[in-house]
Amino acid sequence: MGFLPRFFRRLLVPERTPGMGTYALRRLLQMVPLLLIISLVIYALTALQPGDPVDQLTFGNPLITPDDIARLKAAYGLDQPWYTRYLFWLGQALHGDLGYSQDFNIPAVQFVFQQRMPNTLLLTVPALILSTLIAVPLGIYSAVRQYSLPDYVLTFLSFVAFSAPVFWVGAMAMYFFAIYLPGVTGGLLSLPPGGLGGDLPADAGWWALALDKLKYLLLPLSILMLREIAVTTRFMRASMLEVLNQDFIRTARAKGLSGRKVLYKHALRNALVPIVTIMGLSIPGLFGGAVITETVFSWPGMGKAILDALVSKDFNVVMVSLMLLSLLTVVFQLVTDLAYAVIDPRIRYS
Amino acid sequence: MTTTAPSPITAAPVRGRSTFQIALRRLFRHRAAMVSLGVIVLLVLMAIFAPLLAPYDPNAQNLSGIYAPPSAQHLLGQDDLGRDLLSRVIYGSRVSLMVGFSVAVISILIGTLLGLLAGFFGGLTDSLISRFIEFMLSLPTLPLLLVISGLLVSTDAPLVVNLRSALGASSSVIIIIAIFSLLGWMGTARLVRGEVLRMKNLEYVDAARALGANNNRIMWRHLVPNLFAIIIVQATLDVGTAILGEAALSFLGFGIQPPVSTWGNMLSNAQEVVLQYPWIPLYPGLAILITVLAFNFLGDGLRDAFDPKSRL
Repeated sequence: MGFLPRFFRRLLVPERTPGMGTYALRRLLQMVPLLLIISLVIYALTALQPGDPVDQLTFGNPLITPDDIARLKAAYGLDQPWYTRYLFWLGQALHGDLGYSQDFNIPAVQFVFQQRMPNTLLLTVPALILSTLIAVPLGIYSAVRQYSLPDYVLTFLSFVAFSAPVFWVGAMAMYFFAIYLPGVTGGLLSLPPGGLGGDLPADAGWWALALDKLKYLLLPLSILMLREIAVTTRFMRASMLEVLNQDFIRTARAKGLSGRKVLYKHALRNALVPIVTIMGLSIPGLFGGAVITETVFSWPGMGKAILDALVSKDFNVVMVSLMLLSLLTVVFQLVTDLAYAVIDPRIRYS
Repeated sequence: MTTTAPSPITAAPVRGRSTFQIALRRLFRHRAAMVSLGVIVLLVLMAIFAPLLAPYDPNAQNLSGIYAPPSAQHLLGQDDLGRDLLSRVIYGSRVSLMVGFSVAVISILIGTLLGLLAGFFGGLTDSLISRFIEFMLSLPTLPLLLVISGLLVSTDAPLVVNLRSALGASSSVIIIIAIFSLLGWMGTARLVRGEVLRMKNLEYVDAARALGANNNRIMWRHLVPNLFAIIIVQATLDVGTAILGEAALSFLGFGIQPPVSTWGNMLSNAQEVVLQYPWIPLYPGLAILITVLAFNFLGDGLRDAFDPKSRL
């Protein structure tokens, strides 16, 4: 596999990192009790909330008597204390039954994975990829030209981007692109104020559908990317500066290598290592969706599903989505740690 | 007026400068940080003197002025109950700053203590604390915030109800501060632990131990003062994070409840009215942006000031 750069070769052939197998196994085993505790905490906190699905269902309905309510609660097991319900939930979950969504009358797993996950991934995956592609070059540029005017401008803009409340920027952008701009340009330039789109005639072509989706995607995607670009740019800049100040860069320069070669062959590869960590740790967030962005733009993804399920006490949906998020978080923490050791030969696990 | 000439024999002693004096001098040269410090001082003054500055009672409703646009009487316009937006923005600074400062202080205290214990004692203590930090970090933060604040703000359990009534109208402020503090110390703990691990093997710690200092003395008299630089930077950045967090939670309706006015809950129905009355969310949002930006710039400036490698 000599054609691959060493960076990637080490990812594929990790034989030079002794002790990693046992380390990974130990971490995997530690995950089991960790996830059990997390599920207990989340279940308890959700179940201790005042009100339950039956209250939600029967609230304000004069035809339902207290007897009916008691019968319904008994039927759903809601008359039991929360720890009994948790044990029951856990038993069912271990048999692969994660229950039904109270609000949507379909299995919670189906609701989460089939109805909400695709929307969220459509939003978060392009956001992560695009913002990394934009932020890495910006960060490198900022670091190489440290203390120049463009560096100061980029720094200032990044600070503004991660100091601004996302929901406010979203709302303001919505006003600008859905009301102000169409008003000024006579409706020529306009973006929809949130929603998923897709209400086109059935015979609309593939191209028209994609274009329509893109129109609805553009605002939430940009708002989501704004912050990520800012954070990654700062991170890339710091990482690059750190590497540029190290001895091996000075050695490379002293050997008479060209600035370009030192930069891209020696510095960049090392500076990218922490970026791999950042990317790895942000993968669980891709699936969790962006609660605030999705709420502002009425984008029916995971974040909004979690928020709505919390409000309407749709316990099973809460548990499926939050446990999925926790599982992904723990797994990717491990994956990132391992990837780090594989890429960076100085790190050893024992 | 008598002047005494300095005695020629006692030359002025060579005054060494402490890390702090050096850092302070460097900070004064950091333009963005100084501007930010000025902004923060103004904000604090605005919060303290809110009753003098606000032209109206922030909670006075005026049903003839619902959604009135900015005018000479109401510079920023009026909201859905005809309340004066300028007065509400001014009063909102009180809550936002109080949440920001309290959360920063409490989470720094928890984080420093746990990080110090883990880093200094190592072994089982370190394992326990580190596992606990990992556990806290693998909890989904935002949903958890929603669940806990929903639980504490609306539950009817007698204990919590008594607590809420004891705290009065601003109970949700205190609850939000508690929740953010309890979920926000992990970064500091990790930072402090790493720093203590590095420092505890330095010569001056060995020297102190050789002179007979016990663990307590080494931790509190030698290590903690040296942690101050990272703690103060972290605390400054934490203030901004907490203000943004409170705003986000209040926006989702799970944060600080009316009648207390905060920048966050002024924005809570931002997306419903922004298309018709864009000036209503404009100013509370700007207030949050400016405040958080100031704390972030100050934190960054402090970091540069304490970092001998950075050029100022």
